[in-house]
Amino acid sequence: MDPRRAPRTVSDPKVRKVGFFTDPPDRSLPGPPNHPISSFPTSPPSTVDNSPPSAGNSLSPVMIPPPRHSSSILSPLRRDPPEFFPLPASPTASTTFSDDVASTMKGRGVAAASSSLPGGLLFDIAASSVPASGLTTVSVVNNLPIGIFEKGGGVAVEMQDDQSSRSKSLKEKTTKAERRALQEAQRAAKATAKAEDGKTPAAASGAAASVKSGKSVKPPPSQKNDSAALAALEKKAGDRPPEKDRKKEVPQPRMQFDDKSRVEKAKRRAVVKQTEARNRVELFRHLPQYERGTQRTELQSKFFELDPVHPAVYKVGLQYLYGDICGSNARCIAMLQAFQEAIKDYSTPSEKTLARDLTAKIGSYLSFLIECRPLSISMGNAIRFLKNRIAKLPLTLSELEAKATLRSDIDRFINEKIILADKVIVKHAVTKISDGDVLLTYGSPSAVEMVLLHAHELGKQFRVVVVDSRPKLEGQLLLHRLVGKGINCTYTHVNAISYIMHEVTRVFLGASSVLSNGTVYSKVGTACVAMVAHAFRVPVLVCCEAYKFHERVQLDSLCSNELGDPDVISKIHGREDINFLDGSTNSENLQLLNLIYDATPSDYISMIITDYGMVPPTSVPVIVRDYRREHLWI
Amino acid sequence: MVVYGHAQPTTPWSPATGSLRPRLQSAVIPDDSTDTTVATVVGKPFSVIDEFNSWRKQPELAEAVAAIRALAAVIRNCEATTMMELEIELKKASDSLKSGDTTSISLTAGCDLFMRYVTRTSALEYEDFDSAKSRLIERAEKFGEISCKARRIIAMLSQDFIFDGCTILVHGFSRVVFEVLKTAAQSKKLFRVFCTEGRPDRSGLRLSNELAKLDVPVKLLIDSAVAYTMDEVDMVFVGADGVVESGGIINMMGTFQIALVAHSMNKPVYVAAESYKFARLYPLDQKDMVPALCPIDFGVPIPSKVEVETSARDYTPPQYLTLLFTDLGVLTPSVVSDELIQLYL
Repeated sequence: MDPRRAPRTVSDPKVRKVGFFTDPPDRSLPGPPNHPISSFPTSPPSTVDNSPPSAGNSLSPVMIPPPRHSSSILSPLRRDPPEFFPLPASPTASTTFSDDVASTMKGRGVAAASSSLPGGLLFDIAASSVPASGLTTVSVVNNLPIGIFEKGGGVAVEMQDDQSSRSKSLKEKTTKAERRALQEAQRAAKATAKAEDGKTPAAASGAAASVKSGKSVKPPPSQKNDSAALAALEKKAGDRPPEKDRKKEVPQPRMQFDDKSRVEKAKRRAVVKQTEARNRVELFRHLPQYERGTQRTELQSKFFELDPVHPAVYKVGLQYLYGDICGSNARCIAMLQAFQEAIKDYSTPSEKTLARDLTAKIGSYLSFLIECRPLSISMGNAIRFLKNRIAKLPLTLSELEAKATLRSDIDRFINEKIILADKVIVKHAVTKISDGDVLLTYGSPSAVEMVLLHAHELGKQFRVVVVDSRPKLEGQLLLHRLVGKGINCTYTHVNAISYIMHEVTRVFLGASSVLSNGTVYSKVGTACVAMVAHAFRVPVLVCCEAYKFHERVQLDSLCSNELGDPDVISKIHGREDINFLDGSTNSENLQLLNLIYDATPSDYISMIITDYGMVPPTSVPVIVRDYRREHLWI
Repeated sequence: MVVYGHAQPTTPWSPATGSLRPRLQSAVIPDDSTDTTVATVVGKPFSVIDEFNSWRKQPELAEAVAAIRALAAVIRNCEATTMMELEIELKKASDSLKSGDTTSISLTAGCDLFMRYVTRTSALEYEDFDSAKSRLIERAEKFGEISCKARRIIAMLSQDFIFDGCTILVHGFSRVVFEVLKTAAQSKKLFRVFCTEGRPDRSGLRLSNELAKLDVPVKLLIDSAVAYTMDEVDMVFVGADGVVESGGIINMMGTFQIALVAHSMNKPVYVAAESYKFARLYPLDQKDMVPALCPIDFGVPIPSKVEVETSARDYTPPQYLTLLFTDLGVLTPSVVSDELIQLYL
């Protein structure tokens, strides 16, 4: 048992009860209703409940509030680790711009004493501030008044560690800082009043219209609100990392790129100057797209200037940019290992706490990585885990110990959630392969490759159809590896899918993520394959580790996606004679679109194979609920 | 090896009422037993097989419930002094019960669920053994009780769905469904039942006999007449051998056909199944299950060149089922996986 885990009381397994039993239904809400709420005068649970926590779903394009439970919000995170609530249920205002959080914060901010609640909330803000969607904008977008957010975040972490007063006294600054704090408090208070008026959440759904209506007001006030509450509470200057770090710390999740003012602000603060692509498809204007050539040269030229970026992180960033690392598992592992290196070389500057400063640093690294390539959902979940671990470090640890703990945590995450999870998936999946099967796979999913190789080792007789698509042609790599092991393979492109599907008995697909409504978010073309398989009544099995699950819901492939380099579409490698589109790329009438992901509805999926076993797509929210609770405990 | 009344795999449903299979005969075990675990069980004064048989003497008791009760008795009479030992014994007993009939999904599922439910504890190791054991016994009793009462609960829940003047189509002899209909008849509801013949074991005939005794108007159909009469039917009621993780059911051969017809004609299909039948299986198609064969008597000799499909059961995918009536409540098929995840993880 993990020594950090508090000993848990034995509780009997709950049995769902039918209405007419005298006992109240046992299937209680996650979390004990009788949580020690400590002195918290002004927070009636109703307020908390009513605040539709779209905040909880940090990246839901449609801010559908998950059901909130009164207890969940009031949980002081550090006090009862076993009873920590699933992240969606807790008011993780990773969209700190959400009004709801703002209003609740305001409601609570008034109370002076109990630090647990706002601390808890803000801790979540800090922890989950990194967007899990691949859509996050280029660095920053910190349209924040100087230092508010950072202070808020920092203060949150401190308070959450329950030693706020102690560390604050350390940071008791000169009068200049106090004056500044006062200034900010006033500004925040003013913004609070303003925030009450605008009601639409900042990171709204892709509708350009809503985004356009003066949203620049939105993020600052909400963030100011949080910190306003804290400022009011603490009345302390708090230390602030240098302005540059602050600005890069929290990339606004899912910035909508069709809002010109926001884009401008983002650009001003970007680490790397990038020029936006000229000729963009109207429908996808809300996604970032930059001229690839300039990106690369910019980054290369800035190599020696980018001090805040650790060389390991820089290397990974370049690898993303050039496409050397592909596939969500590989990217996630590379990123986590780079962070491990960075943590190893990290040393806390004087007068700062490790937790807060390290979080800020990680944030800045993230902004850099996002500039190279938007984050995938799995990477976002990994980051959330990491920030959570950082925030949960007991302050009693020395720096060396803390760093060692973090590095071992990362190792454990990679090992348990990715490597071991893959082994479990393989074990389940091979039971579904029988002799004589014809298995179809699309692209080059790592999990499926492992399944096929293992099944072959077990001696099962089957053959594989590898379906591939331009422009990446990833299937060829898979094909090489399978043929190298002696598996009978057929290779074709996705336009022949309906031709080949009648021979196929099972379809195995990989996923970049599985969303809460069972939608599978993976490489573009997967939806086609799944739909054709469904039409031919061929079962579709998706192999996906549980850490890639997300509580977001997405109904189509448009609102959140990633745009690749359009020029690759117009050229075919090795066929220089096919150059009909040369020179037309900048024409008014022609826009090239290279989408990276698409969303497959759950109706076309027969089964999802995860490290939790084989589940139907309707059970994904159950796992998300369970998984969040569990993974935050490790 | 535990030996049953017949040497070969038996017919799934024996004519005896109330018991699905001939009883386990523990007396035959000793000498040629290669299964040492069973030998140890027999050597002790308490034998799980005996317990199982004694429970099965009760008519109307489902096999899985008898197994659950037997396993609860194992805990009570166990002489282990540590938790691990207790769990190992329990596992041995459970395995020996399961090995008695490998094709019975409800038996396997019931045993597995019992094991998970009872031993599922995060901090039992920290308590002292006696209190932990009593806690286990408590849980086992509770589970046994729930399973026993399951049929009655299901019958009570389904009363709302049977309205006066309705026509119910029933397939195969499921004791749960029979309980449902019996309760409805006893509460003076007016309805009529269409009963399929249920070849090859003619279970439909038995059911129609029983229903006739209750003065319920019954009409017998041959299995092929289901689509013909589906127009007049208001709802379809079936039991289940096992409920799988996708929410589908494994039941007597013919259920899938009826569900398909009902679905295409927009008639609801209701499944009455106890919660201990939830199994961690996930068939992708009809062939993806452990086969359960049942010899078919055609009445005339069949030439040896002709193959006969002797599978005794089929898999009905969840999209053709409307609701599941279980002792946990009236559920939609997608909840099954939810429950299993809660219990298993």
